[in-house]
Amino acid sequence: MTHNHPHVHPQQPDLEDAPFTEYQVMAQAMEELLLAKGLITAEAMRQGIEAMDAPNPADGARLVARCWVDPAFEARMLESVNSAAKELGLNLGQTPIHALQDTPQVHHVIVCTLCSCYPTALLGEKPDWYTSRAYRARVVREPRAVLAEFGTHLPDDIEVHVQDSTARHRYIVIPIRPEGTDGLTEAELAACVTRDCLIGVALPRKPR
Amino acid sequence: MSTPQFTVGQRVRVRAVFPPGHIRTPYYTRGRVGTIASLAGIDPNPEQLAYGQLDHPPVPVYRVRFRQPDLWPNYTGHPQDTTIVDICEHWLEASDDA
Repeated sequence: MTHNHPHVHPQQPDLEDAPFTEYQVMAQAMEELLLAKGLITAEAMRQGIEAMDAPNPADGARLVARCWVDPAFEARMLESVNSAAKELGLNLGQTPIHALQDTPQVHHVIVCTLCSCYPTALLGEKPDWYTSRAYRARVVREPRAVLAEFGTHLPDDIEVHVQDSTARHRYIVIPIRPEGTDGLTEAELAACVTRDCLIGVALPRKPR
Repeated sequence: MSTPQFTVGQRVRVRAVFPPGHIRTPYYTRGRVGTIASLAGIDPNPEQLAYGQLDHPPVPVYRVRFRQPDLWPNYTGHPQDTTIVDICEHWLEASDDA
């Protein structure tokens, strides 16, 4: 397409268009010093970054699908997500993660009103909206309205339990297995569970 | 290690105090009454940990369940809706309120 027309294209700034912040400079200086003094290796640094980038919501979905097909596993999940996850080869580290089990009477949803606490070791990076002031302030004050904005319309007789992660502990939701999934394999069941289901703002559904 | 002072099902009030520092007790719970749902763990006190004070004993942290109408006077959802907040023991006192 030619560009001899009079409108202006919005410019996406490049990384180099803004000066480094003080914290970026300090982090870069610290990294270079640690490498120069031989306290860490570039290889260890790369492995650390890869380990931080590796978790993703599919791992949480696998845990939920296993709960749906194996009640004994679900009982172990409710005891400790960290130790149950080892059975699926996941090392979630030291920060305790707890599972909140939805029932036909109770729906759970998770927030950190104070900042951004999230089960990163299991689900990876949090979605941007999770740390927004609007979500953090509103989901404790009017959870049903917030859930409805996510497309999750709960009947009036289901209790909503909001978990505010204010301490060291992290949480995920074990949602109810959707109807019409009796014949699905464990992998197909996992495909019903999105990141939003694990936070509790959405409900699992059978993929079309 | 501190022995937990409160038991599951006990009614507790969050202290209505406003000290400075790295406080992990949300404002909306201050002065409110809830119920001990469970002991979350016995963890380092974040108010000390945030300032690098590592040699204090850990403190009991409870999952405290608040009825939404007790937190938000004009709450319009199900009366049994709750918010559960993880709160350190030194922020709680026993309450006689039902």
